Amino acid sequence: MTVTPILQVDDLAIAYKTGDREQRVVHGVSFSVAPGEVVALVGESGSGKTTTAQATLGLLAGNGRVESGIIRLNGTDITKWSQKRLDSIRGAVVSLIPQDPGSSLNPVRTIGSQLAEVLQIHRRGDRKAIQARVIELLERVGLTPAEMRARQYPHELSGGMKQRVLIAIAVALKPALIVADEPTSALDVTVQRRILDLIDELRRESGTAVLLVTHDLGVAADRADRLVVLQHGRIQEQGAVKNVLAAPRSAYTRRLLADAPSLGKPRPVRPGVDTQDFAIEVEGLTHDFPVTGGEAGSFRAVDNVSFKVRRGTTHAIVGESGSGKTTAIRSIVGFIKPTAGRILVDGVDLTTLKGEKLRQFRKHIQLVYQNPYGSLDPRQTIARIVEEPLLNFEPIPAADRARKVRDMLARVGLSENFLERHPRALSGGQRQRVAIARALVLDPRVLVLDEAVSALDVTVQAQILSLLDELQKTLGLTYLFVSHDLAVVRQISDTVSVMHKGRQVDGGPIETVFGRPDSAYTRELIEAIPGRGLPVLAVPPELPPRLSP
Amino acid sequence: MARYLLGRVGQALAVLALTFTAAFLLLQVLPGDAIMIKFMSPDMGLTADQIAEIRASYGADRPLWERYLTTVVNFLTGNFGMSIQAGVPVSQQLATNLPPTLLLASLAFAAALVLTIILATVSNMVGMEWLRAGLQSLPSLFISVPVFWLGIMLIQIFSFQLGLVSVISPGPVERLVLPVLTLAIPISAPLAQILMRNIDQVLAQPFVAVARAKGASRNWVLWKHVARNAIMPTLTIAGVLFGELLAGAVVTEAVFGLSGLGGLTYQAVGNHDTAVLQAIVVISALAFVTINLIVDLLYPVLDPRLGSKSGAPA
Repeated sequence: MTVTPILQVDDLAIAYKTGDREQRVVHGVSFSVAPGEVVALVGESGSGKTTTAQATLGLLAGNGRVESGIIRLNGTDITKWSQKRLDSIRGAVVSLIPQDPGSSLNPVRTIGSQLAEVLQIHRRGDRKAIQARVIELLERVGLTPAEMRARQYPHELSGGMKQRVLIAIAVALKPALIVADEPTSALDVTVQRRILDLIDELRRESGTAVLLVTHDLGVAADRADRLVVLQHGRIQEQGAVKNVLAAPRSAYTRRLLADAPSLGKPRPVRPGVDTQDFAIEVEGLTHDFPVTGGEAGSFRAVDNVSFKVRRGTTHAIVGESGSGKTTAIRSIVGFIKPTAGRILVDGVDLTTLKGEKLRQFRKHIQLVYQNPYGSLDPRQTIARIVEEPLLNFEPIPAADRARKVRDMLARVGLSENFLERHPRALSGGQRQRVAIARALVLDPRVLVLDEAVSALDVTVQAQILSLLDELQKTLGLTYLFVSHDLAVVRQISDTVSVMHKGRQVDGGPIETVFGRPDSAYTRELIEAIPGRGLPVLAVPPELPPRLSP
Repeated sequence: MARYLLGRVGQALAVLALTFTAAFLLLQVLPGDAIMIKFMSPDMGLTADQIAEIRASYGADRPLWERYLTTVVNFLTGNFGMSIQAGVPVSQQLATNLPPTLLLASLAFAAALVLTIILATVSNMVGMEWLRAGLQSLPSLFISVPVFWLGIMLIQIFSFQLGLVSVISPGPVERLVLPVLTLAIPISAPLAQILMRNIDQVLAQPFVAVARAKGASRNWVLWKHVARNAIMPTLTIAGVLFGELLAGAVVTEAVFGLSGLGGLTYQAVGNHDTAVLQAIVVISALAFVTINLIVDLLYPVLDPRLGSKSGAPA
């Protein structure tokens, strides 16, 4: 017996028009989704996975066009359907769970009205019936008290709660297929797990099939029945999750698997580190923010945090949004003065430094930011960007500066061809290399990496991590690595502090914290890491260095 | 919310006080004054003593700070002083000249808003892409047109060529059609441009894609999701452009030979009639500040994020 697939994509080609040129971004993609099945489209940015998913909803961006191929929904070819005709099936037969819950709800309309809208558009009942169904749906996705939630606006809800609203919208009419486009990429790991569990539960209830678009192989491995691996708009491999993970046939899938920061590869303990030489000592760090409006008082963002970091090692600060990790880092870099506590960097107490002395001290402790797109001035050349920190301290002859800049770029694996380029001509990974070079040009002792690899694709992430590792070895740097991603933290750090609501709930050597965590919170964090379904790979722990950009 | 309200009203009052003071000082430093212009001409044959007496009767011989304080108190009690040139109270002049200008300005403002919405809506309709491209370049054409030229062109076309609007003894409505258009068109140009850009920006928002994925048609999305989000920044500019409208009214009244604040301002400037000018500046500032206060107070109504006590949770 053959079952008609819910979704069948045959030899699909999609092109985007930029100016007068059409550029094809999806090339001959074919796959199908059976009723009740979860199929994951996996790939890095630019792989065409989101474009393919948008096409199945008939919602390509204005300049996108299906060039050839057929998309069948329940056996019906919808490729040539008008937008008006597609309106009748969108929301009812095929629905969407979007990527970023923060901007996916209309800020000026209530939750209830936005949920009711999908029922109104498809004329499911009168006002009273719709209102009752809205309350029922909100309760089903765990937003209680539902009557109150229905009257709230999106800004009054957290990211996870907004995603629950969007899930309620997607399942409201019990569609045959849900397209989930990176549904949890913008969420904290514990929230991500609960949201993915909810999607799982709801689709089982109604037998809905899911097309899951994700860059995270871990999420795909945990949640999907079948994998479709895309690269540069072409399918590299597809098959049952177990088969693809156990025996990947394409070199690209093998690369992806090797670069996924799975839990299988903790860093080897480093020999020869002096146990008593601390580069950073933080004692009782506390930071209060005054609360304006309402009752007078203050909010304690960081509460009595202490840790020590040995010279030449990496200490990670892990926490979800709102955990206080960013505030802690801003104190340590000397941007804000803590309410209480001491911060010793190389034995000097930062909290006692002021004005010019503090400014001079900053060259010893440098920062690399999360977003490689926002942290580089688009009008400056790469040479100028890397040179700039040198101009802020004692004068160095121009020839020396130029030499230093070239050396530093070479160290981060960028050739001299990059010197006169502008940031826009660089990829995300190359930009982050530039940001690292800029931080290192002052010969700092401590490098603070604030989510420095979070915005990068896994293969690029792996390259940057191995670059950081090599730089640490050759330059004897001490890293403070701030991240929400426990898997990455386990890969590169020696010691770790786990922060939750301003407090340090766990701390110590990485293997202790991961092996025998003190707090229930840390255990929850570890269990929430996606990709526990990933096989432990027979990949040598030391991958060959990949310094070529 | 109460704090927001008080803050905005306080700001408005501060702007008024500053405008009043600045206008007062600037008018005082002007070389010469209305008394000199009216009475010093040799034809009047007045002696220096007599002029000094006239000056004293107007209070012009008092020190600056004393005149300032007297004017403040007078304005607060609704006494705008005497027009030296006309020899009548300024309030009487305002009573005849303010209503026609207010009517013209508010009609033009309303017309500008209607024109803006029509332009933005039509250019966003499906199948109107060819029109959209054309219309989107139109606002920049409008904005570069000077008011006086536009007024003359409108008279040329509608009155002289087409004969649609009579110029000789027109009716009360007919009289206003062309001046209102002359004022409205240059204002609607930047407004439409901003509204269109805002609509495009909102259309690119993820929540619009979500609404489309619910099965909402393009028009449904435009009215139920885009309109309210796109209108907010447009309102701000509308408030600011109101000042442009007042300036435009002066020229328009001159071109169309209408009596109003424009004509009054023109005469008062020529005669250095400071009392009249002071009153006109303060009334224009009052109108401008009121419009912008209304815009500010509309924000929390249109955007729930501004009305709530606390910020968004993390």
